[in-house]
Amino acid sequence: MSTTRPHLRASARTAAAILLAIALAGCSLVGSDDKPAGTKDVVLVTHDSFVLPKQLIAGFDRQSGYHLVVHASGDGGTLTNKLVLTQGDPTGDVAFGVDNTFASRALDADVFAKSDVPLPAGAQQYVVPGDDGRLAPIDNGNVCVNIDTGWFADHHLAPPRSLDDLVKPAYRGLLALPGATTSSTGLAFLLGTIGRYGDGWSAWWRKLVANDATITDGWTQAYETDFTQGGGHGKEPIVVSYDSSPAFTVPKGSHTSTTKALLDTCFRQVEYAGVLTGAANPEGAKAFVEYLLTPAVQKALPDAMYVFPVRQGTPLPTAWARFAVQPQHPYTVSPAQISAHRDAWLREWSGIVSG
Amino acid sequence: MSTARRLAALAATALVPLAVLGVFFVLPVSGMVGRGFWPHGHLDVGGVLDVLTRPEIRRAVWFTVWTSTVATLLAGALGLPAAYVLHRVAIPGRTWLRAILVVPFVLPTVVVGVAFELLIGQSGPLAFLGLDGSPVAIVAGLVFFNASVVIRVVGGAWESLDPRPAEAAAALGASPRQVLRDVTLPALRPAIVSASTVVFLFCATAFGIVLTLGGLRYSSVETQIYLLTTNLLDLQGAAALSILQLLVVTLLLLAAAAARRTPDAGVARSRARLRRPARSDGPALLATFVLLLLVVGPIASLVVASLRIDGAWSTANYRALQTPGAHQALLVPVTDAVVNSLRIAVDATWMSLLLGLTVAALVTRRSRSRSERHLRAVLDGLFMLPLGVSAVTLGFGFLVTLGRPPLDLRDSPLLIPVAQALVALPLVVRVLVPVLAGIDDRLRQAAATLGASPVRALAVVDLPVIWKPILAAAGFAFACSLGEFGATSFLVRDDRPTLPVVIFRLIGHPGDLNFGMALAGSVVLGATTAAVMLIVEQLRVPSVGTL
Amino acid sequence: MAGTPALSVRDLSVSYDGTPAVVGAGLELDEGQVLAVLGPSGCGKSTLLRAIAGLEPATGRVRWHDQDVSTTPTHRRGFALMFQDGQLFPHLTVARNVGYPLRIRRTPRTAAAARIAELLELVGLSGFEGRLPSTLSGGERQRVALARALAASPRLLLLDEPLSALDAGLRQRLADDLRRILVEAGTTAVMVTHDHEEAFAVADRLAVMRDGRIVQSGPIADVWRSPADPATALFLGYARVVEGAAAAGLLAAAGIPDSVSVALRRSALSVADDGPLKGEVVDVRTTPGQLRLVVRTDHGELDAVASLDRRPAPGDDVRLRVDATRMARLPGRSASHQPALD
Repeated sequence: MSTTRPHLRASARTAAAILLAIALAGCSLVGSDDKPAGTKDVVLVTHDSFVLPKQLIAGFDRQSGYHLVVHASGDGGTLTNKLVLTQGDPTGDVAFGVDNTFASRALDADVFAKSDVPLPAGAQQYVVPGDDGRLAPIDNGNVCVNIDTGWFADHHLAPPRSLDDLVKPAYRGLLALPGATTSSTGLAFLLGTIGRYGDGWSAWWRKLVANDATITDGWTQAYETDFTQGGGHGKEPIVVSYDSSPAFTVPKGSHTSTTKALLDTCFRQVEYAGVLTGAANPEGAKAFVEYLLTPAVQKALPDAMYVFPVRQGTPLPTAWARFAVQPQHPYTVSPAQISAHRDAWLREWSGIVSG
Repeated sequence: MSTARRLAALAATALVPLAVLGVFFVLPVSGMVGRGFWPHGHLDVGGVLDVLTRPEIRRAVWFTVWTSTVATLLAGALGLPAAYVLHRVAIPGRTWLRAILVVPFVLPTVVVGVAFELLIGQSGPLAFLGLDGSPVAIVAGLVFFNASVVIRVVGGAWESLDPRPAEAAAALGASPRQVLRDVTLPALRPAIVSASTVVFLFCATAFGIVLTLGGLRYSSVETQIYLLTTNLLDLQGAAALSILQLLVVTLLLLAAAAARRTPDAGVARSRARLRRPARSDGPALLATFVLLLLVVGPIASLVVASLRIDGAWSTANYRALQTPGAHQALLVPVTDAVVNSLRIAVDATWMSLLLGLTVAALVTRRSRSRSERHLRAVLDGLFMLPLGVSAVTLGFGFLVTLGRPPLDLRDSPLLIPVAQALVALPLVVRVLVPVLAGIDDRLRQAAATLGASPVRALAVVDLPVIWKPILAAAGFAFACSLGEFGATSFLVRDDRPTLPVVIFRLIGHPGDLNFGMALAGSVVLGATTAAVMLIVEQLRVPSVGTL
Repeated sequence: MAGTPALSVRDLSVSYDGTPAVVGAGLELDEGQVLAVLGPSGCGKSTLLRAIAGLEPATGRVRWHDQDVSTTPTHRRGFALMFQDGQLFPHLTVARNVGYPLRIRRTPRTAAAARIAELLELVGLSGFEGRLPSTLSGGERQRVALARALAASPRLLLLDEPLSALDAGLRQRLADDLRRILVEAGTTAVMVTHDHEEAFAVADRLAVMRDGRIVQSGPIADVWRSPADPATALFLGYARVVEGAAAAGLLAAAGIPDSVSVALRRSALSVADDGPLKGEVVDVRTTPGQLRLVVRTDHGELDAVASLDRRPAPGDDVRLRVDATRMARLPGRSASHQPALD
């Protein structure tokens, strides 16, 4: 019966292939759509640091009757440019995450439609100057230099206190920071130094580079890999991060944070939300912006995105109340000025750090 | 059939893959490039060309050229001996080693960056080398990433090389070195050229590795495109660089096609037996060992870091994969992302297989006229182009061009698998083409003269030969899709993320647990990939083909 | 030929990128007959065969009886083509290779098995059913290919140099087998070959092809007796073509009417003491059956044979007899006087 064996083998193979195909088809996305029937989507376009607890997202769906779909990618800069490029034909209805460093570009390009979302008390101070009800401020936070207090105690070195200190030889090779061209945190820090030094910023940066600062592509690498208190337990005790970061370095069972933000080195970032021009569902979009300003969401912002709420009187988490201190007088640069000079500053900055 | 009718039939068959390529590649890329050339509604070629004279752009171009060249040479220097050792020498654990060495190729660059940082970063065991942030680290990362391409492509060709010419040379008095120089390497030239071309392209378009390992002191063409597009919104500059990339890719593909225009060494009539390791294999074994260190080092540091919490061993990071991370870093648990990644990969796999088979069949059928042959060669090259184009350009292009009817595809759940299928397509085509080309067309004709219709002829002639390569191609497409990050990150929905996207987000969120979960997720991704590759290995497909 | 021929090919042309491979070929063949297309390699004869099978894009007409099959796809023509190297499906056993056309035609399993056994017996390979092609010798593979082609019960069997991949001894035996098998099966066949011995062993009719054109065709004996021109004569195995006065002298000696040139078999002249021609031996070579001589005569240097019992040496004077049945009168002059090697 030797003639039939190859035949059987071939049949078995064919059968196996068909079974495999069917099994795989079961896993396919084709034809699968789990959208609840009868609800209208609200599509949120945001950056990849956007986080909101699941129950709050479900809460929006329940309260508004819409279904929220989240499209998150890139940082705040990428988000803004994506919105500018798709102006008039947006990939969603509402955007969250354009910050004060990019707000002017978005407003100039007519990315956002007038929605006149009523602002809660305390939010008005963050509105982009000259904006006529298009961008609603949602949260704010400060980019500040953070230090590992234990490290400085162990090394019997006085910790730095200001931007001036960072270029001193005593702190040579101790600072890690994200770059301004690839990280919105880095850009905010650069703007802080411009707010502090004015035209003298480039001289300060030359000194910083000469003082062996480690410049990484993103916040992650600077904080998580290079910083002594980050997840990777790196070698540098000074890092550019946020005013809220100390709240995340409280060891279990301890009552003190191992890090501290230097409040005289800060630049304030404000994040906005707005209804997109040409949105398919502008009512849903407006409902979501309003939802972001509700006490429930505002209260959740610190834990979710490490930012401070804009709504006055919103209670902060306990760790925040103790360890996340906001600077009283952060450095500022006006959005109009940022808009006018950002590209030139970034090019010059690139030249300094890669030179 | 007349020539005109044959060309028409050829065009008709090519229609589907061409349409896919047109909609999902040509249209998005030209959409972005077009915006650079027509900045204010009128054509401005001079402005685009001016970009190339900017000093930082010229620095980036030079940096890209030299790092890619050095990395390609090194990948060859380590990969060729390793290809020999792993495909011609009987060393124990060969199959496992081959699977391990392929893992880097499909790891997302963000993971590769983290793995290298863990090793050579300030607190890593190799920090004393001072490589962090140096071009050496970038080149090492590129070699880590691409050596497997050389091993796959050249190893496959080496394995199926007819041993008799080498035996004949030896019988004529040639030393092993002379045999290698005069017989073996020339026979492997098409494979070596193909591998080098692809490695160079991968190096030249590497993005995450340059950014993570080079810090910001070094910028390449690809990172410049990223910077110009996402940050400065300088579309003119991005367009200039994209055109430059396309130009270089085209030239490289042409040069590669010319350089491998020798009889394909693909199909051997007699197969070489694996030889026992001999003393003369010493240098090759050493090179393989070095490569293994380069690959295993970062991966091992990744695995170790994923298993340590606060200085103690723990599997907590892995158990946490069932959660959405600390501080609600994610919308869904990581395990959901794994399932989602697998589902997307299934779709991407069948799509790239379908397209790849059509393209491979098209370009390997015997041409009856010169014009037909040219047409097939052009088609062959066209489907390789996605290899050399920036994911940033493609991703933005999708958003810009696919939002309006009749091509309102931006929100289709199938856009992600289609984009991934396109990325995997060149690999799939290259697996299938040498096999299909190796089938004697006269076998199909014999079937036809016996009364078999074209479909039946396909079933009896092509299918038995190609089903294993198809499965292998499926494996590669699957692994490619699992690891794809660049284009996917532009299109993904947060409630349906893929594993690489989740890893990236976890890394970007503060907290030891999130970082640990990112590492654990990377290990899961790498292990899944390695498992797929091991299955492919078990199929004993001779080669990835000539890329 | 009586009635309409089974196969008729008219004005068939094939060209590649403007380079003609077959030019205006015409053929006719009756049912049950075997036609050999003979020509040197590169003359276009394989292309002609493949065009008849429908594997090459061609202009012109191919008819089977009253049916024009010029535009019919290969697999519906009912013409089987046997390739020079067999082209067996390497992953199928001998039985499944031979049974492949039967499977396509949905022949019931038992009937197919019987037919396979019958065909394998016909080609002398009974008992080879379970073997894979890679385990067979070249001759065995060709026999399997032939059996497979016959299993298709083709209206017309096309054979592309079926024996040329084999060594000489095997080729001889298989050629005889092939003739027997084709006759037993009553198959109408066209065979392409460059070997005139093979053509004579297998075919009933002969077409000679050169430079893409069919220069002569007809019953094999006719073509053999009167080649159309010197080049054809040399290709058909004539040793030498003699022209002009020499030709006239030779023809006169043989008692045949005069002609421009004459083609001679090597054995057309033989040493005989009473022969009409005189000459001086220039060269002698011994072969197992006879002596081969080169003799200088009044008509130039000519080939001749002698029986082994004679011992002529170079320089000897001999007399030669002329055998008219081993000569062919030719209508034209040859371009070259070089004899074929054989």
